[in-house]
Amino acid sequence: MTETSGSAPLVNLAAVNKHFGDLHVLKDIDLSVARGEVVVVIGPSGGGKSTLCRVINRLETIDSGTITFDGRQLPAEGKALANLRSEVGMVFQSFNLFSHKTILENVTLGPIRVRGVPRQQAEQRGMELLERVGIASQAAKYPAQLSGGQQQRTAIARALAMDPKMILFDEPTSALDPEMVQEVLDVMVGLARDGMTMMVVTHEMGFARRAAHRVVFMADGQIVEQGAPADFFTRPSTERARDFLSKILTH
Amino acid sequence: MEAVVEELPVILQAFWLTVKLTVVSGVISLVWGTVLAAMRVSPLPVLRGAGTVYVNILRNTPLTLIIVFCGLGLGTVMNVQFSADDLSINSFWLSTIGLSAYTAAFVCEVLRAGINTVPLGQAEAARSIGLTFPQTLRLIILPQAFRAVIAPFGSLLIALIKNTTVAAAIGVAEAALRMKNLFDAHGDAVIPIFLGFAAGFVVLTLPVGLLFGRLARRMAVTR
Repeated sequence: MTETSGSAPLVNLAAVNKHFGDLHVLKDIDLSVARGEVVVVIGPSGGGKSTLCRVINRLETIDSGTITFDGRQLPAEGKALANLRSEVGMVFQSFNLFSHKTILENVTLGPIRVRGVPRQQAEQRGMELLERVGIASQAAKYPAQLSGGQQQRTAIARALAMDPKMILFDEPTSALDPEMVQEVLDVMVGLARDGMTMMVVTHEMGFARRAAHRVVFMADGQIVEQGAPADFFTRPSTERARDFLSKILTH
Repeated sequence: MEAVVEELPVILQAFWLTVKLTVVSGVISLVWGTVLAAMRVSPLPVLRGAGTVYVNILRNTPLTLIIVFCGLGLGTVMNVQFSADDLSINSFWLSTIGLSAYTAAFVCEVLRAGINTVPLGQAEAARSIGLTFPQTLRLIILPQAFRAVIAPFGSLLIALIKNTTVAAAIGVAEAALRMKNLFDAHGDAVIPIFLGFAAGFVVLTLPVGLLFGRLARRMAVTR
């Protein structure tokens, strides 16, 4: 699945290293993501999954190695970096909706301020996106008035509004009440079906089975193993992955 | 008591100048203080350093010294003039510079505390949709920071209203200076005149506190 349509990968990480003080969170990471591919990153906490996600739009800087997106190396700062970020959507564990803006304003802010889309057009598109994630009726409310699941779906709509080439999901369902996990996963499965390139850090094995093209297992800052979900879940090849799976899949 | 009634036009005129000093200095220090706060949270070390030095110097210098420096240093020695013939216009603007420069340091620090109440995730989300640093600050961080510090801004404004009396030191005919003059003219009515001026300040400051308290509750960002 890595060689989708033979084109160059959308994202390519080569020999990427990252430290937080003494902690070596990413150790010589090599990874590429093809256009249209859905990569699910799983692994124990503190293994570097979130950091891997965040270095791709440079919310975290790296110490060494190279990251290219769409054939170009990640810009270090300034306007070029802002441009890159506008092409990479990001959905956070804690939603991070703009608290002082309405749901619709959250979705239209990027298009209006970054892309220069006229307000009326941005609002029309924003309503379409809110419709798509099932919360159009909440458009005039503020984030604090919505449930966690609704907030996270808004966050997905906000990312989609920029027409990103890829969306990064950093544990999108970890902060949700159990009964709201499914509504967010359904939206994400829909995106995957529509061909969106996605990297998803998650503990939702069901989602990985349903929507992922590839599962990447990370532990201690390294990619320990990767493969198609069916293979990975039934025949993990490393002891570390077997151990991890036995702990989460037994019940 | 007759002295207060008799001199009412003078007293009102004095307070009108107090109000003018407050409004003009308040607006300038709000703008300048916001710029300073932006400098102090900017990614550029030069701006951060300059902001820090400014705030620490101005905040730790007595206002009287700053106003006197503006009157003598800027006005007399460096010959900064705002009007060729009207001395009262000169002293008004020189004291406004001093009041604004001083108050802006406090506005900056209050605003910076407000910025710290905005969760880091707000800035990360803003950056992740492609907003630049200035846009993130202007559209996401500062609007939330301002709402968080409305009540402390009310306290700063009350302090500024009272601080305008220091302008008397360089001859601005605001309330404190007029009061002293009226003491000289009506030696038998010092207490009534004093009470009249004190009441005048309460009339100005009390509503400010109430208004800003109410505003703070209404504008609060719910998370």
